[in-house]
Amino acid sequence: MSGIPHDHYEPKSGFAKWVETRLPVLSLIHSTLFIPTPKNLNWMWIWGIVLAFCLVLQIATGVALVMHYTPHVTLAFASVEHIMRDVNAGWALRYVHSNGASLFFLAVYLHIFRGIFYGSYKAPREITWIIGMLIYLLMMATAFMGYVLPWGQMSFWGATVITGLFSALPLVGPDIQTWLLGGPAVDNATLNRFFSLHYLLPFVIAGLVIVHIWAFHTTGNNNPTGVEVRRGSKEEVKKDTLPFWPYFVIKDLFALLFVLTIFAAIVGFMPNFFGHPDNYIEANALKTPAHIVPEWYFLPFYAMLRAITFDILFINSKLAGVLVMFGSIAVLALLPWLDTSRTRSGRYRPMFKVWFWLLVADFMILMWCGSMPPEQPFVIMSQLGTLYWFVFFLVILPVLGIVEKPGTPPATIEEDFVAHYGTGGEGTANAALGKPAE
Amino acid sequence: MKLKTTLIAALAATTLTGGAAMAAEEAHVTDYSFSFEGPFGRFDQGQLQRGLQVYSEVCAACHGLKFLPYRELAEEGGPALPEDQMRAFAAQHSVTDAETGEDRPAIPSDHFAASNDPNAPDLTLMAKARAGFHGPIGLGINQLLHGIGGPEYIASLLHGYTGETREEAGATLYENHTFPGGWISMPPPLSDDQVTYEDGTPATLEQMSQDVAAFLMWSAEPKMMARKEAGLTAVLFLAGLTVLLWFTNKKIWAPHKGKHV
Repeated sequence: MSGIPHDHYEPKSGFAKWVETRLPVLSLIHSTLFIPTPKNLNWMWIWGIVLAFCLVLQIATGVALVMHYTPHVTLAFASVEHIMRDVNAGWALRYVHSNGASLFFLAVYLHIFRGIFYGSYKAPREITWIIGMLIYLLMMATAFMGYVLPWGQMSFWGATVITGLFSALPLVGPDIQTWLLGGPAVDNATLNRFFSLHYLLPFVIAGLVIVHIWAFHTTGNNNPTGVEVRRGSKEEVKKDTLPFWPYFVIKDLFALLFVLTIFAAIVGFMPNFFGHPDNYIEANALKTPAHIVPEWYFLPFYAMLRAITFDILFINSKLAGVLVMFGSIAVLALLPWLDTSRTRSGRYRPMFKVWFWLLVADFMILMWCGSMPPEQPFVIMSQLGTLYWFVFFLVILPVLGIVEKPGTPPATIEEDFVAHYGTGGEGTANAALGKPAE
Repeated sequence: MKLKTTLIAALAATTLTGGAAMAAEEAHVTDYSFSFEGPFGRFDQGQLQRGLQVYSEVCAACHGLKFLPYRELAEEGGPALPEDQMRAFAAQHSVTDAETGEDRPAIPSDHFAASNDPNAPDLTLMAKARAGFHGPIGLGINQLLHGIGGPEYIASLLHGYTGETREEAGATLYENHTFPGGWISMPPPLSDDQVTYEDGTPATLEQMSQDVAAFLMWSAEPKMMARKEAGLTAVLFLAGLTVLLWFTNKKIWAPHKGKHV
């Protein structure tokens, strides 16, 4: 792997040499595990490991659940109850899987907002960012289809609403909707194709995750200062970085276990908190629930969809809502080109900081609006929230790069690290006094 | 630091606004304290058996429990009937054999009957299919504090009748403070001493409502006690591992961190 200069793997044993000359898998493992990582990464850099864990967790529990689940409209709901009652630890598998989706999205949102704050999308990390956005899109598709599988009321009506969005597209809309559903309405054909895709997409995600990691292992991690690792020599690199193993593996594992402790408490003591009671009622095409709401992680985008209650020029409100919803994610993907500031990290951008925290607040408010019935004051709040979302990406970010006077980041990562933690007093009393990482 | 302040401010804001909204929204669902609430809560075996009696003698006339097999009545963490009692209970009910097509007494692997009345919903999952608590203002904090409130909703509904009735499209509707909309088509099913409890507990309306609500919570979540026990073990184990990793992390980083210069 190219990138930051570091010690390369030298096979020592005869067997290692034999393998290495045929398939350089040992050096691949070596350079992945010992990659030089900026010393000054803070706790917001732990979400990547949580996300990788979530993907493995969801695939592992999902594979086991599939062994007992039946994708048929007359049997699906009962088969989930069969898992909850008759399968050994089936309740654990299902609750871990359903709450695992919530953990997955919580982690991905923190990961994305960390990337926005510290400018992780900026050159040369645009491809890492774009791949990340593709992963996020696939996560949303996978989660949506997975939610349909238990065939509860919210499953059915959520599927009806979301596939109905495609019918808003001009000319081809209704045909696309029929094609997605496999018929004129949500039915057995829909359930079967969603089941198939829900099993397929996670493996596509896994492939993209490898590319995502490959991309940022090539550029090196970003870090809270946004200053690049010095690459003049291995000695310089060593002043700015520490190898991933053991320093960051242990740090990430600590954070992961901390998160999992809370996760275990949720699964053990309140596994239905993030779910909707209506999904414990079997799907009924003749009874529409009073309020159709998606899972919490879709609420901000659901709010933006519903915010467009008016026609925009010749575009009717339904189509406009769909375009706004997809647009809200598209602007995220375009971030590397919308942000014109040369300063990478938000830490040194006084004006950006304010707008950034407003964006986070905006996201939370939209999430709240998405959970409320479409009436005032939530309609106007959703509209203002949607407006701010787009203004942030399309106006504020490009303009800030020109008008903002950024502060001066430290010259090197080493300087930042020393300012926080002091010079490592190897073998001295200082070492014991080391402050815990920020 | 900034994040922390923001979070604290947000939390303070939500709790402050929460109190006022809570009172208005949840006047009609009583927050009963059930024995199975909280991380250490356990089902009360006697209560589940009384609830089973109320279900069998009253609810089963119209409603069903189609996802619940009789054998679960004998399992640990539930009503835990002795094996022979469970078999005798099953045998009192007649089912149509799937293979022969003929009626025969039920055996432990058979499920409870489905609803008799097409308008009476199945009750197996009812305690998880209703939320007793909402909000405040869509934030979900009340469910965090009090639980989702399915059994509270059921118990409140059962004695939420006012005695008022009205006719609508040839059907009688009964006014009920807990039911959304205020008018329910189910006549008041329970009244004092409707059943005679085998364990001698006075069968007040309040008592029966809570007993059957607890029984339905068990039918919806028969593995609840196993789940809470496993959850506690997992939390303790993971917390221990977290602490060990914290010290490991501190130790390996120590040589690289020192005093401020």
